[in-house]
Amino acid sequence: MDFLKKIFGSGNDGSRDKAKDRLKIVLIHDRTDISPQLLDSLRDEIVGVLTKYMEIDTDKIEIDLDHDEHEVALVANVPVLRIKRGKIDVDKN
Amino acid sequence: MARVIVTTSGKGGVGKTTSTANIAAALARFGKKVVAVDADVGLRNLDVIMGLENRVVYNFIDVIEKTCKLNQALVKDKRVPGLYLLPAAQTRTKDAVNPEQMVALCEELKPEFDFILLDCPAGIEGGFKNAAAGAEEALVVTTPEIPAVRDADRIIGMLESMGKSPIRLIINRLRPNMVQDGDMLAKEDILDVLSIDLIGVIPEDENVIRSANIGEPMTMSLDSPAAHAYLNIAERLLGRDVPLMDLESYATRTFISKIKKFFKGSKKR
Ligand SMILES: Nc1ncnc2c1ncn2[C@@H]1O[C@H](COP(=O)(O)OP(=O)(O)OP(=O)(O)O)[C@@H](O)[C@H]1O
Ligand SMILES: [Mg+2]
Repeated sequence: MDFLKKIFGSGNDGSRDKAKDRLKIVLIHDRTDISPQLLDSLRDEIVGVLTKYMEIDTDKIEIDLDHDEHEVALVANVPVLRIKRGKIDVDKN
Repeated sequence: MARVIVTTSGKGGVGKTTSTANIAAALARFGKKVVAVDADVGLRNLDVIMGLENRVVYNFIDVIEKTCKLNQALVKDKRVPGLYLLPAAQTRTKDAVNPEQMVALCEELKPEFDFILLDCPAGIEGGFKNAAAGAEEALVVTTPEIPAVRDADRIIGMLESMGKSPIRLIINRLRPNMVQDGDMLAKEDILDVLSIDLIGVIPEDENVIRSANIGEPMTMSLDSPAAHAYLNIAERLLGRDVPLMDLESYATRTFISKIKKFFKGSKKR
């Protein structure tokens, strides 16, 4: 069969399915594309929330959108120095 | 009061001007009073596609700048009653207009017409924003190719955030036989990812070029697959429930007419 397919070309092996898959992935990425400004303000707000509960190393925070083949994830790496105990210091900042 | 509809795409060269001209002529043939506005300032084309280039005196920037009256700038199409063109300026840039001025222009046109169709330039910058500003509804044109669909997605997002509604899709240059052979995105594939309403599918058709050559929109006279598809879109805009054309049977028909032509040609020789 494969041999015949090679000679005559095959109907189901066309480029349409490939195009469909690629289009889907391109759009997943486009739709979750985030501007650097938006990412910065997201980072600031996350830091704001986290510092109520813990002391973090603000210089070493990494926040990014991680794109792989089929999905997009928000990945944050936040080094924690110390968890705050007792009363939450809400008024800080 | 006119309905104001912008024809957009994001990607260039996918058929906005062709669509605007043919839908405008079709709506006029259905008895509506229609003005097609060329909002592609600096790259004017709609006048040529409609075959009215020799009758252009003023353009809409002249109207905005009060160099002339609106009526002086409107070009009346003598072939179809109720059809008008408002040309763009060829020797100006897109910065010559701003969105507020476009809105004001549309407001001035509204009481005079049933439909105002705005032919938008490609891209997502100033020209697009100007054209879209005046419109309430939008038609988004795409072809069955990844870059065109991707840009359409971008434009749809922008139109949604501008509050345009309804936003409907035109799929242009579809080749039914390539879809059948599994070598072209089908309309279902595109609708699947874009999730907006489809208003029509225009097949690839040589008559688009023929009609551009003679300066007569296909919907004025030609009996061709694309003309038929554009007439259907006009009817759907008028709220009629018209089923989608069976493009496959058209494909075979074109094939048969090609064979006929071939035999006619060989007889002559
Ligand atoms: N259905 C079709 N079949 C064949 N050719 C087509 C079809 N639709 C458009 N074309 C061709 O594609 C080209 C571009 O069309 P058109 O000028 O309408 O696109 P546009 O989106 O207005 O372009 P621009 O972005 O430059 O304004 C033209 O040469 C036209 O003849
Ligand atoms: Mg154009």
